Amino acid sequence: MKWKFIEERISNILMILSTALVVGLFACIILVIAWTGIPSLTWEMVSSLPGGGFYLGKSGGILNAIIGSLLIVGLSTLSGLILSIPIVFYLNIYLGKNSKIAYLARLCCDVLYGIPSIVYGAFAFTIMIFLGLKASLLGGVIVTTLLIIPIFVRSMDEVARLVSRDMYDAVYSLGATRLEACKVVLRQIFSGVATATLLSIGRAIGDSAGVLFTAGFTDNIPESLGDPVATLPLSVFFQLSSPIPEVREKAYAAALLLTLIVLFLSIVGRIITVKSTKNKIR
Amino acid sequence: MTIFRLRKESHKEAIQESCETEGLNIRNLNVSISGNHILKNINLEIPNRKITCIIGPSGCGKSTLLRSMNRLIDSVPNVKVNGEIWLDGENVYGQNVELTHIRRKMGLLSQRPTPLPMSIYDNVAYGCRIHSMYHSKELAATVERNLKATALWDEVKDRLHSPASALSIGQQQRLCLARGLAVNPRFILGDESTSALDPISSRHIENLFVSLKEQYGVVLVTHTLRQALRIADHVVFMYLGEVVESGDAKTLFSNPKNDLTKQYLSGVFS
Repeated sequence: MKWKFIEERISNILMILSTALVVGLFACIILVIAWTGIPSLTWEMVSSLPGGGFYLGKSGGILNAIIGSLLIVGLSTLSGLILSIPIVFYLNIYLGKNSKIAYLARLCCDVLYGIPSIVYGAFAFTIMIFLGLKASLLGGVIVTTLLIIPIFVRSMDEVARLVSRDMYDAVYSLGATRLEACKVVLRQIFSGVATATLLSIGRAIGDSAGVLFTAGFTDNIPESLGDPVATLPLSVFFQLSSPIPEVREKAYAAALLLTLIVLFLSIVGRIITVKSTKNKIR
Repeated sequence: MTIFRLRKESHKEAIQESCETEGLNIRNLNVSISGNHILKNINLEIPNRKITCIIGPSGCGKSTLLRSMNRLIDSVPNVKVNGEIWLDGENVYGQNVELTHIRRKMGLLSQRPTPLPMSIYDNVAYGCRIHSMYHSKELAATVERNLKATALWDEVKDRLHSPASALSIGQQQRLCLARGLAVNPRFILGDESTSALDPISSRHIENLFVSLKEQYGVVLVTHTLRQALRIADHVVFMYLGEVVESGDAKTLFSNPKNDLTKQYLSGVFS
């Protein structure tokens, strides 16, 4: 057998193995969490607030953490989108391809992308102390927004860079302004925006280090932006730290819930993407 | 000094007057990109309501000239343009010129069809909407009229709200033409607009250009000499960024004056 066919076979096997590894890993995580968490996953757990001594094995649920996480994710995703879309348009439409500012901005985003969330948390904590703010929903939203902006910008930017020069020419030759061109580009890159949103939601909902300093933790549902807020990852962390086995089992139920929320948001996001990108030019 | 100024102003007025009747007037146009002199002292009169074909070998500056006309060249990094292009008594490169207004007057049909990411209807209506040209009923009539003008109406009238990307490549190019016509341009600029199409679609677009010259000036950059022979009323031959020869198509093709034009037409180089 010729070497090139052996090479082809080996690379094919390696590809199958890599894919199987990723799928297998995902299946293992889901199975372990589901196996350990499902027995503890009760209606009471998702619908009630933690009572006194919940982390010591007494009754109650994690409704505070579910709502807290959804609030932080919702508000930070919204603010992240509002801040990132103009950056992407500025880089791709207002600045030229050879722009040094655009190069520097992309480099900054790449570096920010790689910074661990605990650094964001520590940074925000310093600012909060300086401004005399306490740990709150607002603090959590701000730090999570800062955390996901680089994800938004780089994911959308990569898609926006693929928009052909011909499309810009077509829009401009109709007498459109650059802002009007932005609206057409937004339609074209909508799938990229949706993917960036899903990636950001995944990062925002799963992050615990960033919100550890800034959002605080509470057994109640926040009534204003100034109130402290509980999050699911921190709730899982506190339950897993408990010496009581029943509480540790509940941590797996909370982790399962966290995974299910991400899975649900991803599926909804994919459906919206498919339905709203039917006009995309391929 | 005053006499000089008066002469200058009367000269300007004369140019403006002639432009309104004649069409597009290019004076001393020089374009450099990143220090490379691409267009060298171009002086041309592009007649209105005729098809002008710009021919010449690859890299001679045909597309640059076309994109200079509606200032799409402005988006090229490190571009420097000197000279004047007059249309309807207005210098395209004048100081207070409104860029969107100029571009609307000279719609571009590029090499590859570029439908916008929206429905067939919205593609044609897009230009009218951004210029707030019509109310919704008038807009629907405008869309229909322009789709009919590009012979696309019968093929799409039952699926106006389907994605434009679902059309065949030839239909997409006709849609792009309809979109350009909807904003009432004075000139239609085509940058090798048929080169990506199959022969039947290509012939379809050519026939459309011929019928559209009744109402619009048409300027086409083409690599295909046969196409220029078929449809051109006026021809511009360019070589290395300069206009070598221009004039009536029949005269230029049958009796070229310049040796370079003769060589190009006889296929010595392409």
